Amino acid sequence: MNRFARIWDSDVAWSFRHSPVAMAAAFMALLIVLAAALAPLIAPYDPFNPATLNLMDGFTPPMEPNMISGNVYWLGTDNQGRDIFSTILYGARISIFVGFSAVVFAMVLGIGLGLTAGWRGGWVDSALMRIADIQLSFPSILIALLIFGIARGLIPPSMREDLAIWVLIVSIGLADWVQFARVVRGATLVEKNKEYIQAARVIGVRPVRMVLGHILPNVMGPVLVIATISLALAIIAEATLSFLGVGVPPTQPSLGTLIRIGQGFLFSGEWWILLFPSITLLALALSVNLLGDWLRDALNPKLR
Amino acid sequence: MIAYILRRLFQSIVVMLVVGLVSFSLFRYVGDPVATMMGQEASVADRAELRERLGLDDPFFVQFANYLGRAASGNFGISYRLQQPVMELILSRLPATLELAFVSGILAFVVGVSFGVYTALNRSGMLSSSIMTLSLIGVSLPTFLIGILLIWLFAVELRWLPSFGRGETVRLGYWTTGFLTPSGRASLILPAITLGLYQMTLIMRLVRAEMLEVLRSDYIKFARARGLSNRAIHFGHALKNTMVPVVTIAGLQLGSIIAFAIITETVFQWPGVGALFINSVQFVDIPVMAAYLMLIALIFVVINLVVDLLYYAIDPRLRIEQSGARH
Repeated sequence: MNRFARIWDSDVAWSFRHSPVAMAAAFMALLIVLAAALAPLIAPYDPFNPATLNLMDGFTPPMEPNMISGNVYWLGTDNQGRDIFSTILYGARISIFVGFSAVVFAMVLGIGLGLTAGWRGGWVDSALMRIADIQLSFPSILIALLIFGIARGLIPPSMREDLAIWVLIVSIGLADWVQFARVVRGATLVEKNKEYIQAARVIGVRPVRMVLGHILPNVMGPVLVIATISLALAIIAEATLSFLGVGVPPTQPSLGTLIRIGQGFLFSGEWWILLFPSITLLALALSVNLLGDWLRDALNPKLR
Repeated sequence: MIAYILRRLFQSIVVMLVVGLVSFSLFRYVGDPVATMMGQEASVADRAELRERLGLDDPFFVQFANYLGRAASGNFGISYRLQQPVMELILSRLPATLELAFVSGILAFVVGVSFGVYTALNRSGMLSSSIMTLSLIGVSLPTFLIGILLIWLFAVELRWLPSFGRGETVRLGYWTTGFLTPSGRASLILPAITLGLYQMTLIMRLVRAEMLEVLRSDYIKFARARGLSNRAIHFGHALKNTMVPVVTIAGLQLGSIIAFAIITETVFQWPGVGALFINSVQFVDIPVMAAYLMLIALIFVVINLVVDLLYYAIDPRLRIEQSGARH
């Protein structure tokens, strides 16, 4: 039996094949991620190249020829004549990049601190968990905002625009590590008293190898579930911060920035500038969320 | 009991000190206060003199203690951007946020509890399942999209309600209120729904889950065997026992409502402290950021403390567990 067949026959894959919701969500998420990743190839226009922009094309409704130039755009254009479809592809690219990087950052930090707390115990454990408790009592979007504000203050004004995306990733990641740390710590406490760890200890396996090679693989299940749900939350957090005007710089608009721009035209009737980025964000967040829910149930042996 | 209160109080003070330290470091070490105040032309002697006068040469702990002392008496310095005392700015905008948070909190609690009880008692009804589905969508929708959706529906299409600002307000001493004018009340509706929706779904799901749990318990079966009316069982016995955890969670959510007001205030251009904070982050207005940080931490710490103590007072089981753990 080759590797593919083994994966195809596993419990998780079986549960996936029997869950239409999970398959639809995976299809949707994959579609958006692929479209975003291949944005430079797919996008009919380059929305960030001023040479190809024509202000005359501004406010073209979807699927209708522009009154002056006669150009047709699938999803219309915004006030500066940028093709909405192309800006959404590039915007989703930034949203997904920020969300994904923030979750990876939070995951690495959370796993590291969780393993340390669970393995070492004692004052290290209680100090880390006390910090986690305090942070958990504040909403994570508030934490991200505060970290973002502090970081902006620390960075000299000339570099703020260039570093904004990285600051955003670190802010969202720092606001999100607690979930990972708590789960990993709990699982580590359970695993470290099991017989295989005692056996490893007897034959003299070094602590670092024991933690990374033996305990870590056994706590990855719940971590994956949290990572998926965190991804949806991180994408929404990025969109929220950018919508509030404190996220990515205006030169690299994410989906949140596009929605912020679109809201300005809500009253003047150019609905397409607002509607299409909003639908993309919703579809992305919802499909990742549904995937997370499915994964949680699929990996939970109690529900089988 | 007294030991528990003291321990909780000590924890709260530690949290406030840590937040105060962050706030102070922000104030003191992000950017050079002397450079900000004096401009380019000042001489080195002038700078040293100002540094001396402001106490910036004092040891760290002296400066920190002075900062905490001034913060406790409400002096957070002057906003870089607006050139006004920070405390004045915050106090003038606090009523708007508190009124909004109050109305959304009440709305979330009343509607959340009623829907929760209804969906628990009528599990298979059409209305119940549509409420549950809607709540699922409500949880996955980002707050700002809900706000935009409501503005589009009720302000742009139907033209029933205003989409921004507080409407006319009435001054009552230090407090400005929108409750007393028709335009003030109308302006409050959309932001309050936007802000309360998430908490509403949370409370609803919690009430439903707790209620289903309680309805399965033995004392409810016994009450049915005794022939009590449905009404007495559902509201006199089941709901009453459901409310202990619900009140706790609802209390803790009050802090979140004040924090999430940042987003709602931006969408509806509501002149509250959240909008002030967002502007201060955009313009790196450090004194306002530092003061907002302290204020929001104080609100959270007080709410958590009160809820914990109330919980301890309401639920006798917790006391037994606490004393049991010590043996």
